[in-house]
Amino acid sequence: MTVVLSEAAEARLREIIASYPQAKSAVMPALFIAQEELGWVSDEAIEWVAQRTGAAPAHVRSVASFYTMYYKRPVGKYHIQLCRTLSCAVCGGKELLSCLRERFGVAPGEVTANGMWSFEEVECLGSCGTGPVAQINDVYFERLDAAKLEELIRRIEEEQPDLRYSTVKKELGGGLADRPRSAVWK
Amino acid sequence: MAHHRILTANIEYDDQRQIAAYEKRGGYAALRKALALPPEQVLAEVKLSGLRGRGGAGFSTGMKWGFVPKNSGKPVYLIQNADESEPGTFKDRLLLERDPHLCLEGMIIAAWALGSRWSCIYIRGEYAYPAVCIEQALAEAYARGYLGKNILGSDFSLDIILHRGAGAYICGEETGLIESLEGNPGRPRIKPPFPAVVGLYGCPTVVNNTETLAALPWIINNGAAAYKAIGTDKSPGTKLISASGHVSRPGVYEIDLGYPLLEFLNNECGGIRGGHRLKAVIPGGSSVPVLRADELAGVCLDYESLQAAGSMLGSGGLIVLDETSDMVETALNLQHFYAHESCGQCTPCREGAHWIEKIVKRILAGRGTAADLALIESLCGQIGGHTICPFGDALITPVLSLMAKFPEEFSRLIDQGLDSLVRESYG
Repeated sequence: MTVVLSEAAEARLREIIASYPQAKSAVMPALFIAQEELGWVSDEAIEWVAQRTGAAPAHVRSVASFYTMYYKRPVGKYHIQLCRTLSCAVCGGKELLSCLRERFGVAPGEVTANGMWSFEEVECLGSCGTGPVAQINDVYFERLDAAKLEELIRRIEEEQPDLRYSTVKKELGGGLADRPRSAVWK
Repeated sequence: MAHHRILTANIEYDDQRQIAAYEKRGGYAALRKALALPPEQVLAEVKLSGLRGRGGAGFSTGMKWGFVPKNSGKPVYLIQNADESEPGTFKDRLLLERDPHLCLEGMIIAAWALGSRWSCIYIRGEYAYPAVCIEQALAEAYARGYLGKNILGSDFSLDIILHRGAGAYICGEETGLIESLEGNPGRPRIKPPFPAVVGLYGCPTVVNNTETLAALPWIINNGAAAYKAIGTDKSPGTKLISASGHVSRPGVYEIDLGYPLLEFLNNECGGIRGGHRLKAVIPGGSSVPVLRADELAGVCLDYESLQAAGSMLGSGGLIVLDETSDMVETALNLQHFYAHESCGQCTPCREGAHWIEKIVKRILAGRGTAADLALIESLCGQIGGHTICPFGDALITPVLSLMAKFPEEFSRLIDQGLDSLVRESYG
């Protein structure tokens, strides 16, 4: 049960642990780092976090299971989180889940056979004024409807863009303007 | 009515998140001014301004700071609560993305007043882009000497780190947040002791909302009296209102507190979307009581007026519903939220949240009985006031207020038991 993470990930975690008054506070960022490298929080990832932070593996597991953003099983290369809460729901969000079911032929939480897609419904993403909203990996896509969602999926399949902000490489300065902020579909 | 722009004065500028542009528009002048004052005087100024916590509770910020014991011999921790998760609320995201240095400057001023040497911004995990903006602003602030050792040549040193949440609403509650920051599941603590005395790592801790901290540079620059002169006597200053739902122009608006709600809807938000009529509003995020359209005459957007009307200003998350909205469906949507977000620590909340959701679902499906309405009321009575944190009270509020304000929509489903096939398809 050993897992090898990149030296960049190890270095980033050492830096993070040193930035907190107590090492156990780094359990959450460590889980994010492991998830970014491995794609999900496996048993090996839990061991790694426990070793590095000094927390008990059972404790790390309890943290991973409490928070929804730690994936306890693999997700697709593109993971869609569709907001289901009130403001999005009353602006047309209610129909979008069935669009995703039909489009991918899998249930929420499952991954398509080609490993590309998974989706789930989530609670309020804090983008209520531009709902319905979906977050794909790290990026918000706003003012969606069924047609725009379909078009978005098609474009992502075609262009395979990077929709993640790396927590490992910690790229700072410059570059910000080049990052996809969030796409408002008019 | 012209409103003051205290928090959003520079929000339109695309370069505002770069430190040079922020400085060019007067940024970090308030920090220089604050560092020249003794911390007690900064605290006194904030107390005098009447600034109230903008996360939802509306408690006096100066008073909250005043609870931190003097000379406890322990470090004091300041935490910026950017875990914005209350349904209908998206104001802090705007500040974090568009004016991150404003969020930092206010925080550094607060840390100086409180004597904090290590502080943390707790941001909700989904806010990946705002997190990038804050990370960049932190790096710039360190490079320019606004953070780190001997800030601006003073003997004040401060480190600020960014901590990302991971998808738990309850971490917006300050003791749940502290647990999370200690590397634990975010289960709230029993109060007292309050965080001001026993908080992060057992040390005195102040947790302030992003919008609260972002008001501090203006207060220091312009003085407490100028801030207090804005808004109403008891609700001074400006507030960000997040308007969503069935309005023509949803978005974040900065208003002087005391602005009439209907005027706000018509003048700022462009009224209800085309061809529709206002039915109800949930004025302060999903955890506050709903108000019917006919209850809104004379109601103003401030803490006292909304309380007098039977609701709350809360986080300023104004959810607007028109006549197409089914109130039983609204109740189900929100009860599902609370059932999903209960941390599971207290039995009444953990069990009750799911139980109420199931009952509302049954009613919506046309299979409810008259006893179900009484059962919801009885369950809510068992939850309210019987949990460690205010989540229990929050979860019963939408369903109880929707049942009280729109009883006919609930009873109609029960009386006729119709529509079950159509409604089965929900969720």
